[in-house]
Amino acid sequence: MHPVEVFLTKGGTYFAWIVQGLPETIKVAICAVLFALVFGLVVALVRMTRWRALRLPAVMYVEFFRGTPAFVQLFVIYFGLPDLGYQPSPFQAAIVGLGLNGAAYFSEIYRAGIESIHKGQMEAALTLGMTPIRAMRYIILPQAIRSMLPPITTVAILLLKDTALVFTVGIVEILALSRQLVTETLQSGVVYPMAGAIYLCMTIPMARLSARLERAKQAWQ
Amino acid sequence: MNPPPQLSPSPMNPLLRIAGLHKSFASLEVLSGVDLDVARGEKVSIIGPSGSGKTTLLRCINYLEKPTSGHIYIDGNLIGEKQTNGGYVHLSDRELAKERQEIGFVFQRFNLFPHLTALGNVTIAPQKVLGLSKEEAERRGREMLEKVGLSHKINEYPERLSGGQQQRVAIARVLAMQPKLMLFDEATSALDPELIGEVLRVMRQLAEEGSTMVIVTHEIQFAGEVSDRVVFMDQGKIVEQGPPRDVLISPQQPRTRDFLKHLQDR
Amino acid sequence: MSQLPHIYAENIHRWLPELLHYALYTLHIAWAAFLLAVAIGLVFAILRTSRSQLLRTIASIYIEVARGLPIVVLLFIVYFAPPQYFPGLNWRWLNDYTGAVVGLGIHGGAILAEIFRSGIQALHKGQREAAIALGMTPAKAMAYIILPQALRIVLPPVTNYASGLLKDTALCSLIGVNELMNGAKSIAFAEYQPMAVFLLAAAIYFVMSYPLSIAARYMEIRMSHGR
Repeated sequence: MHPVEVFLTKGGTYFAWIVQGLPETIKVAICAVLFALVFGLVVALVRMTRWRALRLPAVMYVEFFRGTPAFVQLFVIYFGLPDLGYQPSPFQAAIVGLGLNGAAYFSEIYRAGIESIHKGQMEAALTLGMTPIRAMRYIILPQAIRSMLPPITTVAILLLKDTALVFTVGIVEILALSRQLVTETLQSGVVYPMAGAIYLCMTIPMARLSARLERAKQAWQ
Repeated sequence: MNPPPQLSPSPMNPLLRIAGLHKSFASLEVLSGVDLDVARGEKVSIIGPSGSGKTTLLRCINYLEKPTSGHIYIDGNLIGEKQTNGGYVHLSDRELAKERQEIGFVFQRFNLFPHLTALGNVTIAPQKVLGLSKEEAERRGREMLEKVGLSHKINEYPERLSGGQQQRVAIARVLAMQPKLMLFDEATSALDPELIGEVLRVMRQLAEEGSTMVIVTHEIQFAGEVSDRVVFMDQGKIVEQGPPRDVLISPQQPRTRDFLKHLQDR
Repeated sequence: MSQLPHIYAENIHRWLPELLHYALYTLHIAWAAFLLAVAIGLVFAILRTSRSQLLRTIASIYIEVARGLPIVVLLFIVYFAPPQYFPGLNWRWLNDYTGAVVGLGIHGGAILAEIFRSGIQALHKGQREAAIALGMTPAKAMAYIILPQALRIVLPPVTNYASGLLKDTALCSLIGVNELMNGAKSIAFAEYQPMAVFLLAAAIYFVMSYPLSIAARYMEIRMSHGR
């Protein structure tokens, strides 16, 4: 049967099957993003400390995790950690693997965001009598956050797309169910595009949101 | 609407004829019916307050802006439009390219090509548009750059040239195309005061050599020295025009008087 | 972890040459995909700025879809779907290697299309006006004035993309291509040394992609000084 026929007759059943993986995909994505946001902040702060002994490992971490494929990082954590004595669960490996990858990007975004706020802003705040902390809270951070939102959204979309990899460590999400279905029905021409459409329903709105945030940021600058 | 009858190219007929020009941007009418003839070899300066439409008028002449209505003739030939059944339709940029070869335009912000040297800027159009060989184009280019006093800078890139030098290269670039008509859009407005003189010197030289020039400018004194005719525009219309002596020294119209007085007060 | 130096000392003389052999395939695929992506990107950048609303919409749809899909899913679709939809055509050319190149190329084309488009639009409007005021047709203006400058502007982000492309080739292992990731997998599991082998593979990816990303950063800095 031609894929179009298959789609029209069995499409609904297929969709119902693979969409069961959606909650897991979203769970992994959100946890990975949250982990990355927090850990990325930690790394960014470490990079701004005075001690070279701390800064250096942080820099190395960022360069390594940005300079190697997320896929390899995932495998290092899931298949490699047992060598050191700990076998992470698939979920843990996915969160930490994708999360460490994302955190490297977030830490750079944080750094650039803070540095991009003109030094004069801090100086003006201080001359008005604010303490550095107050200045950070009321003047620097609000501006920095607004400028960081677009790239943060972009990285979040990337992490969402990366969840398509985690079936390789055993997580049953959209793509895992898709592959199962294809093995049974051989209808890869219908199932994979359908899976793709599910991802698009999430990534396209997020991308448009990011573009709107970027335009708002340009206007405000 | 029928355009005025075609004129045959002849020394007696105007080189440039602007007839009934209107231009609106959305709901804002910037040109409200402008008629202007410029004879061969004549130098016409256009002065007036900002917003008077003088730059728009200039940009309409070589169709960088497309008029809402009205017609432009160069040497008796209608330019920028072609006749279709029922009326006239504007030409595309591709079709306009041929007509623009004969009109030189000097921009307020020079618009030199940063990826080419001064010589490169001057020779690119003769080579790629007129089809001259590299040697011919360079010969002409060197001649023009010498004419504007920049022989020693032919291999420099625009970023290493002062504003005045860049504008002179821009003028040389236009001259290399040997246009019939030269348009200057506030050529010195973007320059530091001490650099204005070198550009005005070049423009004066061109005037003395007999070029046909339409100059939109704030430099009233220069306009008076170089022009055969001064045109004062306000709110999209020509208010007054005549020899510099008449318009600048003893203007007839109150608005002209106000404008000139306003400039003197500054 | 402390055993790693010993592990490497014993085995690296075997692992490294084998992994490097696979890395050659990685470079092969990346290079071919890059060329394809540049070609597709140029076409769609031009479509995106065309005067026809229809062409612009088609281009936007392609760009949004190709960028919004996870690369793995795109690879699966490119590799499996066409022979099923058009069984009549000759699909012998579509193997794991070519499927990987086409899939990565389609994804990259969308990314580069946006990069090229903003590169062209970054140029001051006055450049185009000066060119057409000299009597150049829009086509000549594009060829001699706009594009040469746009090329300079897009070089840093394109280099950055290339660096990312090298890393994305790891995903081709999922459609069976014998590149670095798959090579690492087979060695790691055959010899029960996943940590050591995957780290080594990561290091090789790093060595391949890092110079490009540094070059991109360097070019970016140099360009902002020129303003």
